[in-house]
Amino acid sequence: MSKNEEDIIVCRCEDITLGEIRKVIREGATTLDEVKRITRAGMGPCQGRTCRLLVAGEIANYLGKPVSEILQSSYRPPFKPVKMGDLAQIHEGNGDCCDCDSEEEGVNS
Amino acid sequence: MRSSADVVVIGGGVVGASIAYNLAKQGVKDVVLCEKDTFANGSTGRCGAGVREQWGSEGNIRICKASIDIFENLQEELDYDYDIEFVQKGYLMMAYTEKEWDQFQKNVEVQHRLGVNSILCTPEEAKEIVPVLNTEGMFGATYNARDGHANPFHTTNAYLKAFERLGGEVNDFTEVTGIEKRGDKVAKVKTTKGDISAPVVVNAAGPWAAPVGSMVGVELPVYTERHQILVTEAVGHLFDPMLMSFSLGIYCQQTPHGSLVMGIGDPNEPKGYDIGQSWQFLKKMSDVMCRLVPALKGVRVVRQWSGLYTISPDAHPILGTVPGVDGYYQAVGFSGHGFMLAPIVGKLISEMIVGKEPSIDISDLDLGRFERGDLRVEPSVV
Ligand SMILES: Cc1cc2nc3c(=O)[nH]c(=O)nc-3n(C[C@H](O)[C@H](O)[C@H](O)COP(=O)(O)OP(=O)(O)OC[C@H]3O[C@@H](n4cnc5c(N)ncnc54)[C@H](O)[C@@H]3O)c2cc1C
Repeated sequence: MSKNEEDIIVCRCEDITLGEIRKVIREGATTLDEVKRITRAGMGPCQGRTCRLLVAGEIANYLGKPVSEILQSSYRPPFKPVKMGDLAQIHEGNGDCCDCDSEEEGVNS
Repeated sequence: MRSSADVVVIGGGVVGASIAYNLAKQGVKDVVLCEKDTFANGSTGRCGAGVREQWGSEGNIRICKASIDIFENLQEELDYDYDIEFVQKGYLMMAYTEKEWDQFQKNVEVQHRLGVNSILCTPEEAKEIVPVLNTEGMFGATYNARDGHANPFHTTNAYLKAFERLGGEVNDFTEVTGIEKRGDKVAKVKTTKGDISAPVVVNAAGPWAAPVGSMVGVELPVYTERHQILVTEAVGHLFDPMLMSFSLGIYCQQTPHGSLVMGIGDPNEPKGYDIGQSWQFLKKMSDVMCRLVPALKGVRVVRQWSGLYTISPDAHPILGTVPGVDGYYQAVGFSGHGFMLAPIVGKLISEMIVGKEPSIDISDLDLGRFERGDLRVEPSVV
């Protein structure tokens, strides 16, 4: 391996390296939430789908605990990133999209 | 965990963190902070983190102006390893009714008198500040360049790290379950990790302020209410200031990271501790914001969540001591603007505790005002 282990990208969405993750764990973070709040790992478009387990593994390793004992962070909606323009066009009630032009209404409506 | 302390601070949100740090800075040796979860897990880590001195009442303008003074040097003062991301790119407050516009003009007069350099803008001028803005229906706006926002996680963490360097102790996953008095005096704090003897305790428990107050027999007239919020993916620069409108019930900022954080109020929100999210919020938020800033149509929402406002009868915080309970201090009921107040409130509460004259008189923000019928009035709240 030519690459320094610390430079490995753990959170691809936010470009966070293993070195950055390990630093906050050394500084006292013991939960996924704390690591996320300080480094942004898991805050990007994929919402931690890949990095959650890696980060949990790092915490577990540092604390000498099984991964199952590491406190998870919450899964938050939406489950996939969704455009605001698409959300704005959903009609209450049926959840279908339509072609209505929301720009025609006044901002103050 | 220490078994005795000079002061125990309850709550690891931005308010508790600021109070703890300021106490240590004032030279109080043995300060212990107890947080039932981890730092910034309450309202702080869920908030919009906007900071403004564009208020309508003299009291709020003064205190928020003093808080911004602190924010401007906070990164250096706390000597923080990361970035608290405090940026001052202004607040643009938009009026959509004649009444609101009248009020804004009055506010600006008061602001000018107190040294705030806010300006009145026509819709055209507002569009010069935010070119992507659709100004349809807007009467006018006010803008103040010194307002801004910061990162709530980092601000809280920065306070806690500086507090620890000054000898303070932070205990996470440590819930305060009771407070014992000896006569009228605070004597002992009971926690899930053991007892701490202490003559002074500070209630900075955010949404849980009322249950903590009742531990010393103080009844707090506050209630909690859910407020929803979302964040988008990071995109290129769209606009600088925090956009805010009371009529539309919205605020929206672009963070230094490029993501947009925004929220919209719901007048029918029931009181309570629910912090779930709704689909209706996503739709309403998108409806309003895509009209206001059409460029947002192509921007993707990545996460939504909610947090609690802790609201007092006059929507102002309740600060300081309570007659009859020696050694009990509180900083609660921030009514949706506790993030911006935390730096100055931490300073003022710590001054009170060490027996100094508070650098700003906040005696009218005590709990007793509700009994006296001396409620504070603020014409400019969301
Ligand atoms: C959606 C939203 C947007 C907002 N936007 C803004 C904004 O733009 N600008 C602004 O200034 N404000 C804003 N606010 C308000 C702001 O978040 C709060 O006023 C502020 O964070 C209050 O800080 P706090 O430290 O008092 O409370 P919290 O952050 O809630 O901290 C209290 C802490 O006490 C702990 N605790 C409670 N009980 C106990 C116990 N018994 N033992 C141990 N620990 C305990 C809790 O776990 C919690 O961590 C917003 C709020 C929300 C919900």
